Amino acid sequence: MQNAQTNYFQLFALPKQFEIDVQSLEVNFRKIQSASHPDRFVSAMADERLQSMQTSTTANEAYRTLKNPATRAKYLLELQGINAISDTNTAMPMDFLMQQMEWREQLEDAKVTKDIPALESLASELQAEYKSIQADLAELFDAKKDYPSATDATRKLIFIDKVYADIHQAIEQLE
Amino acid sequence: MAYSDKVLDHYENPRNVGTLDKNDPNVGTGMVGAPACGDVMKLMIKVNDSGIIEDAKFKTYGCGSAIASSSLVTEWLKGRTIDEAYAIKNSEIAEELALPPVKIHCSVLAEDAIKAAVADIKAKQAAKVEA
Repeated sequence: MQNAQTNYFQLFALPKQFEIDVQSLEVNFRKIQSASHPDRFVSAMADERLQSMQTSTTANEAYRTLKNPATRAKYLLELQGINAISDTNTAMPMDFLMQQMEWREQLEDAKVTKDIPALESLASELQAEYKSIQADLAELFDAKKDYPSATDATRKLIFIDKVYADIHQAIEQLE
Repeated sequence: MAYSDKVLDHYENPRNVGTLDKNDPNVGTGMVGAPACGDVMKLMIKVNDSGIIEDAKFKTYGCGSAIASSSLVTEWLKGRTIDEAYAIKNSEIAEELALPPVKIHCSVLAEDAIKAAVADIKAKQAAKVEA
């Protein structure tokens, strides 16, 4: 049974780093979920039932956090005592923010004109940028252990993740 | 969560949306962003030779509170000196708009946008003096 000190990586028996074996994550998550499934605890004591429910909730949260590269990077920084999305840190490179603004404008325009191909092309542009930052993060976290630069890159990834999610939501609404 | 009437008013009728000529030596640009909510804010100020802000424009992608915060500060900035502008605190913005605690970061964004725009205009002026 894990204690409060167990981090999400330990929970799934993964090394604490940015690049993870997604398949191991999946397999270990399913194992924990099936071992703590409520059906197994129907006739168990109340405290055991509660315990299994907590395990299951933690595993869900841990799985979601590690599966998404943006939240995984943010979590890795948290383990280093760094809050990547602090409210008081609003400085970002000007060219990156300009790019954000442009993407947001394109998204709004495509929504108004119900232009699904434009949304899809925007999504693939973002995906390319996402992949490139992901590659940077693997190097910054795992090879260089350069946490200040990793924080900057993580902030970018969180931004892109959000625009990307908004594009997909727009596509779903139009389809 | 319910927005205050002032937030709704600025959100529905945002003041001073747009851009100024960023290459104008009298125009300062401030750009800031908040990854937590994905907000991006651009604030531009035009300053006359006496250091008074003559015009201010903004463009913000974000929630109602972020839009209202930037709309409000463009109104406040006009007629102020750049030093007065720099002194504007996020708490004043939050108070005027009655922002709830979870939206305070929107006013932080607006304050930081002003500071970035003022820093930009000061850098431009310094470059002008040197030239």
